[in-house]
Amino acid sequence: MADNIYTKRLDGRKMDELRKMSAEVGVIPNADGSATFSFGSTVAIAAVYGPKPLHPQHLQNPKKGIIRCNYDLLSFSVTERKRPGPSRRSQEISRIIEWALEPVLGLDEFPGTVIDVHLMIIQADASTRCAAINAAAIALAHAGVPMKDLVSSVSIGKLDKQLVVDVSKEEEDYHEGEGATDIAMTFMSNSDKVLALQLDGKITPEGLKEAVKLGRKATKEVHNLQVKVLKEYLEKTGGGD
Amino acid sequence: MEISNLTKNRIKEYLNKGTRFDGRELTEFRDISIETGISNKAEGSARVKIGKTEVLAGVKMSISEPYADGPEDGTMMVTVELLPLSSPNYELGPPKFKAIELGRITDRGIRHSGFIDFKKLCIEEGKKVWTIFIDIYSINDNGNLVDASAIAAVAALRDAKIPVINEETGRVKFGEWTEERLPLVMEKNPINITFSKIGNSIIIDPISEEEDSAESRVSIGLITYDKKVMISSIQNGEPTEFGIDELGKIFDKAEEMYLKLGKDVNNKIEEAIKRNNKK
Amino acid sequence: MNEQIKPVAIPGEIIKTGKEYLPGEWTMRIGDNIIATKYGIIDESGKFLRVIPVSGIYTPRRSDLIVGRITDITFNGWVVDVDAPYSAFLPLAEYPKFISSEELAEYLDIGDLILCQVNKNKRKGVDLTIKGRGLGKLDDGMIIKINPNKVPRVIGKEGSMVSLIKNYTNCEITVGQNGIIWIKGKELKDELSTKKAIEFVVEKSSVNGLTEIMKEYLENGGKK
Repeated sequence: MADNIYTKRLDGRKMDELRKMSAEVGVIPNADGSATFSFGSTVAIAAVYGPKPLHPQHLQNPKKGIIRCNYDLLSFSVTERKRPGPSRRSQEISRIIEWALEPVLGLDEFPGTVIDVHLMIIQADASTRCAAINAAAIALAHAGVPMKDLVSSVSIGKLDKQLVVDVSKEEEDYHEGEGATDIAMTFMSNSDKVLALQLDGKITPEGLKEAVKLGRKATKEVHNLQVKVLKEYLEKTGGGD
Repeated sequence: MEISNLTKNRIKEYLNKGTRFDGRELTEFRDISIETGISNKAEGSARVKIGKTEVLAGVKMSISEPYADGPEDGTMMVTVELLPLSSPNYELGPPKFKAIELGRITDRGIRHSGFIDFKKLCIEEGKKVWTIFIDIYSINDNGNLVDASAIAAVAALRDAKIPVINEETGRVKFGEWTEERLPLVMEKNPINITFSKIGNSIIIDPISEEEDSAESRVSIGLITYDKKVMISSIQNGEPTEFGIDELGKIFDKAEEMYLKLGKDVNNKIEEAIKRNNKK
Repeated sequence: MNEQIKPVAIPGEIIKTGKEYLPGEWTMRIGDNIIATKYGIIDESGKFLRVIPVSGIYTPRRSDLIVGRITDITFNGWVVDVDAPYSAFLPLAEYPKFISSEELAEYLDIGDLILCQVNKNKRKGVDLTIKGRGLGKLDDGMIIKINPNKVPRVIGKEGSMVSLIKNYTNCEITVGQNGIIWIKGKELKDELSTKKAIEFVVEKSSVNGLTEIMKEYLENGGKK
């Protein structure tokens, strides 16, 4: 079997190094909770509204509140203009993000209500859904939604035979050897529970197990930032207003 | 919570005494802040805040066939999206009328202002011209998205650089830009100012509660033409009732405000672009 | 300024470890750990741990005094928006005088504001009453909305903060538990001063010695 050819990352990072991350709480005054999250130059913004009554009634869950996500890209967040309006891709990602966030939310006290989570990508440079999920988690906490944990997300890549943390746009387009495999994973921040996993490419089961371990480690760094900005925000402003 | 009858009445009473809820004068704008280069994937982009109202605008370009009635003119399309994240009042779904109206007002304010020299966007007469897409998104709606959108569109246009064309295929090389900016006629300096009538008072730059209380409004697009201030577009909204004299006063006020506002916005856009170039 | 940094709780974070601790509001026990389940300030009273939320929608409690807006009229009462996860309902029977089903809109119409009290908890929402002193339609004055989690700060210990503001601005102030505050002054400028003063309290809500700071602020005519 041929040796791995991806021995140096295209942007010079170490194999397990994340791009510079940043996050901000309370960026949309009208929203009950809001935040931005960035991986390098990928920027996502999240707004949370709710819990509030869900209409029409037939969509309600009589036992508990539900979460409803809508994720999309700004037309100018990508190099080829994306026509405004939801695409199939954005609809799929919206559902996946709902499924990733739902397990940590405590909505038993709010039957028949909905929490709307709106996510937009302002600048897309790979790992967009991961950035969106991270922003959503901060925004949900900021909104005072009962949660048993935050969620943290990161992309793990395999370039030829090399596993890397936080795939960049150029790495996504890598074609040498076995090409690029992109794995977006989301964990419950304080536990080893996987909430979402999506893969594009090809990887051995052994490789995937390694990738998940790598992802778990990397999301701890993501989580540290989420906690840091939430703490600093509260210390600065006295709270969500 | 939707605006109450009490608040609407109070706003009118305050206005009759010449004050507003946030202490502003009737014809005073909130603080405007402008940043450019918001997305490195856009040909040009900008973030504009008026008080707590925030919009993002981006310019994307592509090559297309010109329209039959303008074989050597570039084309333009302006879209405004009222994002659900910007207000509890906006739901997911096809554009509501408000978004369509905002898009058309912003479009009108630029299209016929002479700000863009469409002839210089011709690549091959009758066959290929540049199309400019201006997409504007609301990020936080605290009133007056219309004037904010107009400023954001202009800022994004001024920030824009023309993409590289692949010599062989004649198509746009996405993600690569020349150093050439859009053919803009800066002197035109298009600005939009919206006047709202509440009771007997006429105000500028309404916050959300004032917008919800307004009985009539008129958006006026102004430009500088031949060193004179001219009105280049007008759009009124809501079932409107303005007296002739009242309108006359509005036109005069618009001209007065244009001179101040135009300078303020122009400077801020320049500073934003300078800051961006340093990055 | 006396700024004390109180410990912040993040959902999922371990506040304390040990079987002797008791999980209070917005915490839960997992094994030996007490975990926060809301974003807020950690409060420790002996072994009793809880999180005081700083954000999150208002949830009505029985006997809460709140301000609501009429959004709909049914045959037997009014539907009221109280800025909570569910609409509230004011039954005809809870109007202080006898009115017939046809007259409902004449007394309280859509868009009107009422000062009311939470009477009954239902599974989804609450029933209200306006039978009680001072309750009823708000005819004059203005309202502002603040984060409902800051209401205790604005009211102050035994009403001390709101009384302080009232004395300086000469306004009537009623603070709804749902964060909607009704203000009425003799002069409009007094109402605006009150609005600014309340917003200042909310801004400085995490600061110690706020009463002194407010006294100074009000004495300076509302300049920060």
